[in-house]
Order: sequence, then structure tokens, then C-alpha cells
Amino acid sequence: MLRAFLLLLLLLAASLPAAASDPPRPSPLRNGSEFQSGDVRSLQADDFANPMALWVERGRRLWSEVRNGRSCAACHGDAVRAMKGVAARYPRFDPALGRVVDLEQRIEACGQAMTGTAFASESDDLLGLSAYIALQSRGMPLEVSIDGPARKTWEAGRDLYFTRIGQLNLACTSCHDASWGKTLLAETISQGHPTGWPAYRLEWQRPGSLERRLRACFNGVRAEMPAYGSPDLVALELYLAWRAQGLPMESPAVRR
Amino acid sequence: MSMLGRLSVPPSVKRGEPFAVRVIVQHPMETGFRRDYEGKVIPLHIVDRLVCRYGGRDVFRATLGSGIAANPYLVFYVVATESGPLEVEWEDDKGEVGKVSADVNVG
Amino acid sequence: MRRRTFLAAAGALAAASFRARAQVVQDIRPLVDAITGGATPDEGGIDIELPQIAENGHSVPLTVRVPSPMREDDHVRAIHVIAERNPRPAVATFELGPWSGRAEVATRIRLAGTQKVTVVAALSGNRFRIARKDILVASAACLDEGSL
Repeated sequence: MLRAFLLLLLLLAASLPAAASDPPRPSPLRNGSEFQSGDVRSLQADDFANPMALWVERGRRLWSEVRNGRSCAACHGDAVRAMKGVAARYPRFDPALGRVVDLEQRIEACGQAMTGTAFASESDDLLGLSAYIALQSRGMPLEVSIDGPARKTWEAGRDLYFTRIGQLNLACTSCHDASWGKTLLAETISQGHPTGWPAYRLEWQRPGSLERRLRACFNGVRAEMPAYGSPDLVALELYLAWRAQGLPMESPAVRR
Repeated sequence: MSMLGRLSVPPSVKRGEPFAVRVIVQHPMETGFRRDYEGKVIPLHIVDRLVCRYGGRDVFRATLGSGIAANPYLVFYVVATESGPLEVEWEDDKGEVGKVSADVNVG
Repeated sequence: MRRRTFLAAAGALAAASFRARAQVVQDIRPLVDAITGGATPDEGGIDIELPQIAENGHSVPLTVRVPSPMREDDHVRAIHVIAERNPRPAVATFELGPWSGRAEVATRIRLAGTQKVTVVAALSGNRFRIARKDILVASAACLDEGSL
């Protein structure tokens, strides 16, 4: 009886996506919008007033735009159907590229290979496509894989998440685990989930990717910002996505 | 891509009753006070004029300054007179124009 | 006052690129005079909807409602929005008429710090109304210049 029970426990432990030694995740899990003001939340919920809708429209048009005889639509078909749930699985290990990539990097690679289009970081076109694709995962649970080749990247992200950096000598965990829910000036510290990106940040008065937001975090603790496309950033993104797993996607969100 | 904007009117409106018109325009509304990394001022660049036409006349005009937030958003009201197009057109300080229109269904 | 001083100090520390140089309250009477042609506007009769506190001054929702029959002989011709602490206090002017049906406009504005927002309504028959609303504008907690 006891042996059967222990065996059952062992089987259960083996089937969990995270081992018992993995870092704890916040409890209860609270999505990004819960830490925004009422105005920001209602702006996000309003599909017309949400400024991201402008970029979604741009993405929708770009999806069908033919460049060098090719378009996203020509290969993928209707985005509403083909991209459903896709953003909720990013970042992911891309076998063709041989590394973990986030959604913007995947779009960049595709655009380059298929149509010869180079998307500049944080450009309206790239963010438009990213917003349009991410919208097709809205409400769906974030669910990334950290198995196999993604594992090393996840570990690098995990280590970075817990490393103190910058003149302020803070780690991500210092605010987003130890102090979420507490007030910093007029703002409530969030749990630091990546579920809303790309998002319209009022501080930027334009949309931005999660990469940009993380760079801003580094800046906030007075640390040197990793460059766009840096392995540090995508590793951190993967860790954050794992940490937020199960939370519904909010993209394209509005943030302060 | 030309200056993007979006327009929303109710799906149907009652004759003689005012209805809400919502419009949002993609524009940075650069204040002219920001500086780039080299310390150079980023010049003023804003949408300064917007007009709404319906039923053969201008029914709303806006003169905007740099105090309007980026990606200007406006809601205003118009009395429903006849079914037909409602058009919103805007212009920025560089002379770039944008236009959106929607059909008003008067019931 | 302590809170405002604290916020002002935090704001001073935040050399964020969106901070405009003028954070001084200006005398807006010349602006109002230019609208009314020197006449003194009637106090009140305008509903200004603004949050009590704005997390930052980049995009603050504003709704202005002027009760009026909006008839040919009695209507609102224009709504003027003024922000006394903004480097350019004249924020926007909206032109209406009896064809508007309702003298109500909503938009999102920038506010360079805690201040009074003033609205002047120009009515038919060369009449004017004025109203004001206070709003507390906070600063962002973490500085974010240069992330782009």
C-alpha cells in the first residue's frame, strides 16, 4: 500500500512541468492589468480607444501585403485561424533558427527569409504584426515549453532573474516577488508578468515590445541595458513566460 | 502606409437624435520639448486640425495643440439627419492628411 | 503640501525626456481674454470630468459637458481647454453648433504636473462660461528614458 502510494507520488512528481527545486512562482498569480489604474484597465478593455488597435490594424493590412511576390497570408492563410494560440507559446525554441526566439524575432526572421523585408526593432510595422498576431491569443493561457533545447535558455533566464544588478543593486525578484502589491510613489508594483506584450505604454506614448520593457527595467535599476536581440533578454523572457504560465494573455495591452 | 485613423459610429441612429462619433489617429504628437540621445531637440510635429463632415456640412472642428496626448482620441456628438457617409479628415503641421469615413444608418 | 513637495522633488529627480521645461503655473487671463474679447465669462455651467489623480501626465482622460439646448438660438459654439502649467497652456479648441445636438467632447490630454484645468465655453449670443478642475499628476516611479 505504502509502496504504491510512493510510486504514485514519484509518477506525479515526474509529470509536473517544473521540478520541486524550481523557484517559487507568485501566489496567487495576478495578471499585469490588475496592477494598473482603473483608467488604464478601461482603456485596454475598449477595443476602439485602446491605441494598440491602430497597430493591430496596421498588422492586419501588412499580413496580406505582397512583397517580393510573397505575403504572410499566402503561406499562413487567414491569421485569425492560423495564428490562434501562437503568441501564447512564445518564446520558444525554433529548430530552423537553432535558438529560442520571441515573437518579434520570429516575425523578423520570417520577414527576412520570405519577403526580404528587414524589420527595424520597435518599428511600427514589426509591432503592428506582433500586435495583430498576439491579439489572436488574447484570453488564452500562456504556455511555453522549457524542455529539451529550451532548458538551457530557461536556466540562464532564471539565473538572471535572481541576480542583483545596477547601481540600485536590485534583482527582478526584489520587486516582483518580494514587493508586488506594494506602492512605489503612485504606482503598485506588479508581479512582472509578460502577458500583455506588445503593449502601449503611456510613458512611451507608443507601443513597444517586451524587450523594450525589460530594457527599461534594467535602466530603472541603473544597470546597463542589454542590446535588442541579446541572449540575456530572450532568456529572461522565457523564464518570465514560464513563471507566468497559465495566466491568460492580455496582449495587446495598455500599461502606464 | 498613409496616416492611420479609425472611426466609429453606432450601427444605427435615430433621426433627430445626437449620436457619438469616436475617432483615433495614429500620430506621435511630438511636443518639441523632447531631446534625442545627442541632446538635439526633436521638433514639434502634431496633428493640428481635424474636421468632421456629414450631411453636406462641417459638423465638428478641432484645433489641437501639443497638449493633446499622442495618438489623438476624440469623442463628439452629431445630430442624425440623413443616412449617408460621415467623414473625418485631419491634417498635421507638415501638411500630411488622413481621412476615414463611415456610413451612418438613420432609422 | 508635503505630498506635493515630495512629488515635485521626485519629479525634479526624474530627468525624463517628456518633462517640459515650463512647470510653472502661468497667468492664463490673457488666453481667456482672447477667447471672450475681454468680457468676463460667467462662472460654472460646465462639467469637467477628470480623474482626481493621474499616474503620469502623458495621457489623461478628459470629458467636457456643457448643458445647453443646442438650438439655433441657444447653443455652444466652442469649447476651449487650457492647462495653466503646460508649456503651451492652450490645449485644444472644439467648434460645435446646433448640429452637434450635445455639447460634449472627450479626449486625452497631456498635463505637465499637478494643476488646474480650465475650460471656457463660448455660447451663441456672445456669452461665455468658465469652469476649473484641480488634478494631481504623479510622476512615474521608475525612470524610463532611453529604453528605445
